[in-house]
Amino acid sequence: MAQAVKVQSPAAQPVSQARKRKGSPWTGLWAVVAKEMADHLSSVRMQILEVLILLTAVGTVYAVMQGVRQTVGQDPFIFLRLFTTAREPLPAFIGFLSFLVPLIAISMSFDAVNGEFNRRTMSRVLAQPIYRDALLMGKFLAGFFTLALVLTAIWLLVMGMGILGLGLPPSGEEVARSLIFLVATIFYGGIWLALGMVFSVVFRQPATAALGALAVWLFFTIFWGMLTSLLARLISPVTYGTAQELLRQIQTEQALSRISPNTLYVEATLGILNPAIRSFGILLPTQLEGAIVGAPLPLAQSLMLIWPQLTGLIAATILLFALAYVLFQRQEIRA
Amino acid sequence: MSVVTASSRTPPTKTQGQVVIETSQLTKRYGKFTAVDNLNLTVHRGEVFGLLGPNGAGKTTTILMLLGLTEPTSGSVRVLGFDPSREPLDVKARVGYLPDAIGFYDELTARENLAYIARLNGLSQAEAAKRIPAAIERMGLGEVIDHPVATFSRGMRQRLGVAELLLKQPEIIIMDEPTLGLDPEAAHNFLNMILQLKQEGITILLSSHLLHQVQQVCDRVGLFSNGRMMISGTVADLAQRVLRGGYRITVQARGEADVLKRALLALPGVQKVEQTQPETFVIHGAHDLRSDAASAVVNAGGKLYGLDVEAPSLDEIYSVYFKEASNGAGS
Ligand SMILES: Nc1ncnc2c1ncn2[C@@H]1O[C@H](COP(=O)(O)OP(=O)(O)OP(=O)(O)O)[C@@H](O)[C@H]1O
Ligand SMILES: [Mg+2]
Repeated sequence: MAQAVKVQSPAAQPVSQARKRKGSPWTGLWAVVAKEMADHLSSVRMQILEVLILLTAVGTVYAVMQGVRQTVGQDPFIFLRLFTTAREPLPAFIGFLSFLVPLIAISMSFDAVNGEFNRRTMSRVLAQPIYRDALLMGKFLAGFFTLALVLTAIWLLVMGMGILGLGLPPSGEEVARSLIFLVATIFYGGIWLALGMVFSVVFRQPATAALGALAVWLFFTIFWGMLTSLLARLISPVTYGTAQELLRQIQTEQALSRISPNTLYVEATLGILNPAIRSFGILLPTQLEGAIVGAPLPLAQSLMLIWPQLTGLIAATILLFALAYVLFQRQEIRA
Repeated sequence: MSVVTASSRTPPTKTQGQVVIETSQLTKRYGKFTAVDNLNLTVHRGEVFGLLGPNGAGKTTTILMLLGLTEPTSGSVRVLGFDPSREPLDVKARVGYLPDAIGFYDELTARENLAYIARLNGLSQAEAAKRIPAAIERMGLGEVIDHPVATFSRGMRQRLGVAELLLKQPEIIIMDEPTLGLDPEAAHNFLNMILQLKQEGITILLSSHLLHQVQQVCDRVGLFSNGRMMISGTVADLAQRVLRGGYRITVQARGEADVLKRALLALPGVQKVEQTQPETFVIHGAHDLRSDAASAVVNAGGKLYGLDVEAPSLDEIYSVYFKEASNGAGS
């Protein structure tokens, strides 16, 4: 059974905690990052997932290129289509990413802290002249950099395939948009990385931590969509059937669905990769004033559009990491 | 059995070295439970100090507080003049710690495991490349330096743990139950290694409940129970206080049994004389009374055949002390 780790009660926290600690909390940080990254890159677990993501990239992009070859030259954003277009029977590449990235992230972090306890290396490592801060931050950064490395490699691969297959280079705007998409994807992974880390601090059993993190992921991927419409009906009921009421319900539902990192990620990627998108959800006539339907938004405007989603992804990553940090600081180190 | 005490090994010098570990009124509570209770401990440079006590006495908790791995509830700690809860990096850079349950990254080799520790300690590549093989070879693991630690036995892991300590070149080494799970031969070698480290001027604090081993290496010991340090000092000291000596001298002599017995009993420092066999007397005394006993036998007209002394053992001190302590608490 999962044995939750003993956490000292806050009352037992001595006053001395408040006193200033001497020395940088980041002493030894890069030693931890280097070791953990080497572990990730050589682990079989990661290699399997890397192969998987590579295959989906090659498969989907190849399929898309078969379909769009005719429209090369007419479509100014043909490179972005490589990421977003679905060709039966394959889903779009971003569809694959939205569930492979959490999987990779969780697989790197679910045993980050409890693994050290179980191998009885925790007290040995913390007996070296480093703070706990450096250990946790190092583990997080190592996962984050690994994710960034893998995703950047995939991004280069897709762009390279595009150049070879379509026979033309990407425009500056396409490169800029797909780079923003890359950043959003990395932070989307960051959320699951930090979540896995929280679970690895809370549960001593890595299996429990992994299942816990995957359960949260499944919850947001599958159930949250159903729950939001139910909750929206409860919170903003439609009693008279007026347009206002309907609108409010839809807005409530949308707000609720944005609690899920999946929604944030999908909106952010679609918003940046599809310049034709001017708004999420329903468009009010006022928003369409002066706009030509179907005309692409300039890059800056698209970025404005997805700014809340992008910052939401980054903020969630930071918040979850902070939670893991606080929990870890309070943990007893007795191996 | 004649046990050589550590005190007889090191010349008793009254001038003690500089204090390197000092705690005063150190207390650790877990909720209502007090794991360490107003501990006052002083360890001097160059000595080997043994923390002894039954399971759950608070030895590990004390050690964790010395290293700043756990925050004291109250009281103060100084290690080499630093406060472990405020300046843990200064303390941990100078103190090596061998935990009771020692683990390594199994998939990495011995060399790689130590390389990580070297980097955490901020050693340069060149320095680490020199020190790592030296430390591993000194612990007799040179053959397996590039084998994954997964293939190591318990004893090898323990030695790799010591190699890691050597790598740090610490001023103080703290070991928690270092000989636990070692076979007698390995334990013996381990104790010798501790004495070697002491020769190099390293201060050593070790916790254990294997009393005869502790007695072989420790200059001073502290008996620990329920979070309190009950009594501390050299083994001979404790013997004086707890057993009022604890020396047992066996005298084999022929002559008038009654006369001999009376003569022996009259010696200063003798507590009790037993006649265990027709010609064997056992004297319980405060110190080594062999020469006194020999002349007493001769003066009383007896013939001396044999003389043997058994120094007090820590086992005895421990059991007598805790029996008295619990009797005292009971009545
Ligand atoms: N995190 C904790 N929460 C509550 N009680 C604890 C905690 N850690 C230790 N204790 C208690 O503190 C007491 C002292 O433990 P400690 O590990 O210091 O003993 P020890 O002397 O090292 O024993 P052993 O010889 O078995 O290793 C024990 O009774 C233990 O149950
Ligand atoms: Mg212990």
